[in-house]
Amino acid sequence: MSVMGEQALRETRPLSVAGRLVAGLKLDGPLLAGLLVICGFGLVVLWSAGGQDASLLQRQGLRLGVGLGVMVMVAQVPPKFMRIWSPWAFALGVVLLGLVIVGGDVGKGAQRWLDLGVVRFQPSELMKLAVPMMAAWYLHDRPLPPRFRDMLVLGVLIVVPAVMIAVQPDLGTALLVASAGVLVVLLGGLRVRYIVALGALGAALAPVLWHYMHDYQRRRVLTFLNPESDPLGAGYHIIQSKIAIGSGGLFGKGWTNGTQAQLEFLPERSTDFIFAVLGEEFGLLGQGMLILAYLFVIGRGLFIAAEAQDTFTRLLAGSISLTFFVYVFVNMGMVTGLLPVVGVPLPLISYGGTSMVTLMVGFGILMSIHGHRKLLAG
Amino acid sequence: MADRLKDTWREQRMFFGRVVAAAICVVLLAGLVVGRLVDLQVLNFEHFSRLSQGNRVRLEPVPPVRGLLFDRNGHVIAENRPVYQLELVPEQVDDVDSTLQRLVALALVREEDLPRIHTQIRSQRAFEPTILRYRLTAEEAALFAVRRPGFPGVDIQARLAREYPGREIASHAVGYVGAVSEADLEEIDAANYAGTSQIGKLGIERQYEDLLHGTTGYRQVLVNAQGRVLQELERTDAVPGMNLYLTLDLELQAAAEAALAGRRGAVVALDPRNGQVLALASVPGYDPNLFSQGLTAAQYRGLQTDPDQPLFNRALRGQYPPGSTIKPILALAGLHYGAVTPADTVFCPGWYSLPGHSHRYRDWKRQGHGTIDMEDSVAQSCDVYYYRLAVALGIERMHEFLNWFGLGHRTGLDVPGEKAGIVPSPDWKASAFSRREDQVWFPGETVITGIGQGYMLATPLQLAQAAAILANRGQGFRPHLLMAVENPATGERDVLAPEPLPKVGVNPALFEEGVDAMVAVVNGPRGTARAIGADAPWTIAGKTGTAQVIGIAQGEEYDEEETAERHRPHALFIAFAPAAAPEIAVGVLVENGGSGSGAAAPVARQVLDAWLGGPAP
Repeated sequence: MSVMGEQALRETRPLSVAGRLVAGLKLDGPLLAGLLVICGFGLVVLWSAGGQDASLLQRQGLRLGVGLGVMVMVAQVPPKFMRIWSPWAFALGVVLLGLVIVGGDVGKGAQRWLDLGVVRFQPSELMKLAVPMMAAWYLHDRPLPPRFRDMLVLGVLIVVPAVMIAVQPDLGTALLVASAGVLVVLLGGLRVRYIVALGALGAALAPVLWHYMHDYQRRRVLTFLNPESDPLGAGYHIIQSKIAIGSGGLFGKGWTNGTQAQLEFLPERSTDFIFAVLGEEFGLLGQGMLILAYLFVIGRGLFIAAEAQDTFTRLLAGSISLTFFVYVFVNMGMVTGLLPVVGVPLPLISYGGTSMVTLMVGFGILMSIHGHRKLLAG
Repeated sequence: MADRLKDTWREQRMFFGRVVAAAICVVLLAGLVVGRLVDLQVLNFEHFSRLSQGNRVRLEPVPPVRGLLFDRNGHVIAENRPVYQLELVPEQVDDVDSTLQRLVALALVREEDLPRIHTQIRSQRAFEPTILRYRLTAEEAALFAVRRPGFPGVDIQARLAREYPGREIASHAVGYVGAVSEADLEEIDAANYAGTSQIGKLGIERQYEDLLHGTTGYRQVLVNAQGRVLQELERTDAVPGMNLYLTLDLELQAAAEAALAGRRGAVVALDPRNGQVLALASVPGYDPNLFSQGLTAAQYRGLQTDPDQPLFNRALRGQYPPGSTIKPILALAGLHYGAVTPADTVFCPGWYSLPGHSHRYRDWKRQGHGTIDMEDSVAQSCDVYYYRLAVALGIERMHEFLNWFGLGHRTGLDVPGEKAGIVPSPDWKASAFSRREDQVWFPGETVITGIGQGYMLATPLQLAQAAAILANRGQGFRPHLLMAVENPATGERDVLAPEPLPKVGVNPALFEEGVDAMVAVVNGPRGTARAIGADAPWTIAGKTGTAQVIGIAQGEEYDEEETAERHRPHALFIAFAPAAAPEIAVGVLVENGGSGSGAAAPVARQVLDAWLGGPAP
């Protein structure tokens, strides 16, 4: 096996100017195309959902631009550096979470923000990436599937930050961060019998616990999952959301013609419930197309993971792609009434910037992993 | 380092397997979402479409304009006037408290209304107006108008409110409208009252509610989630209520009420030729505007506890012993059944005893009337004549004959709540009393029935109806207040036909005897009411009545000082004129008036003058 340089890679295929730029910036053409399609889709829906507010659209466009810029920058960082810095990023994240618990800013009734003087920063966003990176770093040099002792270490690495986020309290993000770590372990070859055992344990405990809770405690758990709204409010959200989607039918009521959205029956219509606006105005057809676009991006991410050349990049790429899907699924499940209402936005579409940068950093990592491959000739 | 060496190739294969498994999971879960979407958008599309439609489209009632009430000459009795009310829209006001305080300082809002206003503001949506004052005077409206720029979010709104410009005039005939109550909703088509806030509660307003109300229209409006109306999509106009022309003559009505002013009593005037009610007065009355505007608890309590009972409709619901007013009818009965002839005389010593009994039934004239014939018995109201006649006729025939003249049963006037009165009989007594010993009819009860005392009761309306049947020589009509119904849209008018009652089958010649006797009451040298006949330009036929008050009227408790006044007999009078071809028949009652000739007959004269024209000055 001989390793060829990047120069050789470029010479093997003739490229257009745009293609050369994409390749030169270590970007992945199909992934980038998929992301741009989703973002474009998002802006079109947001124009309608936000009540045709140009300044709203401008801010979201700016955010997307910044996000894409960050993505391009991250793509330039070789995966090796990411791996080396993973423990430090993780350690920093844990320290910051500790600071938040000790003296964080109170925002929206929960301590999540850390005031850095210039910007307010949510350490839990950092942990969305730092936890899977740490888990992938830990497994990088170790034989797979992980042994029992490694699993215990990984368990601690995942549970500690998750608990620190959960006590903020932000159970939703804690679960997402934990799932990003768990996905690394699953992709790392966690034996099926452990998966089954863990699943069985959880399934057995949950109803028992639920059974012994009082009604008000159950309600409190539901409220805990979604601190921003009470169960009654959530019920209203779901009813209006289902009406919006259902009344959209196959082809929808037409762009900006959705009565549920335009007449403000649908709550949170430009943020968490924007998928319902899409359903009302573009119908099953529009939603199906968006789902296909998401599946394409996730598929491309999994492909990048499969093509990746070492354990760290493989596990990280796989985890980032699947975590992205978890966001998409949880949001769609919530909006269609399959899952309880938890405040998870529809990635790249919902208005708002907090998690946009994290997502784009993730895609930057994917592109870096793909762009920095060393060509294997054989 | 690791205990076991990494097997790169194996790990890569294993990882690939995991990625494939993950991809399958992703596709399955995405399929679940798509399946859910198909469930919502294809299988349940109709359902959610309907819900979405229901969300954004609201059906709003458009209340109809209530029909107007006019008297027979087209004078307005009840109308819908725009009134100015002061409203506040909370969302347009920066500081509600200071705004209200400034309005209080201008005396445009009452201090005592503030708690109600605050409660209303809290319970309503922010864009819905809260009413600060229901009714502004013209001066207050002007006062506010010049200061309006200083009160953003506060404005004057016009709305239609029921108004009775005559105030107390005819209040007991017309009734009033009030807020729709729970009890009302059980009797009406609630859908047709969706936008209506007031409903006829009493009198004509209640009787002809169906005609007056009209049909509610609807408009479909587009609303947003807060319920704010954005656009009107469709409209079905309301059909306004019918305008009603009443048989009342407001001038006559006013004259009747003026004649009773300061006293408690009732006057009913009928046109004997068709049953039209020309005047229906019960005094004291009340201002129906209070009810349509919504009166305070204190105002209502004041009306209810007033010892003069202004809310009591004496004309239809007051039941009084008719006393001597029934004597002409009994005289006619005597002629009809052959118990007496006009020329038969009776000696009146001032008392009467049943054969074999020692109890003396006294005449009102202690020394007696001496020898007296039928005409004199009516003119001078001799009691002994009628004690004897009653015994000669027997209670059954008296009962039957008095019934023919509208006594003892409802006249069927088109105003709710009329009382039936009582014309007693052995059958009636058997059913009216529960104790066996009370159910027996005693001969003495027949005797006093002859002078309209005992169990006998009649309403002023029934007295007027009896007078009308006498006046029209036996041909009665059902009394009614509704004369014509006008469609306000087309101007078409339906005039109601009179409703004749079965004619009293008495020989016309005998009727003239009865009428002559009544003429003698007013015009004879010894007639009890000759005082009112002196200068009349037309011949009045009448009959006085003075009814003993047994116990206290309506069982109310009164002050010691008032009690004496309340024990005086009720004064009654029936009359019609001109006697030969009557155009008006009246029944008059003055509670505790003392005597029919002194208190009631002059009232009747004033009413007749108002209708027929008084003597030249």
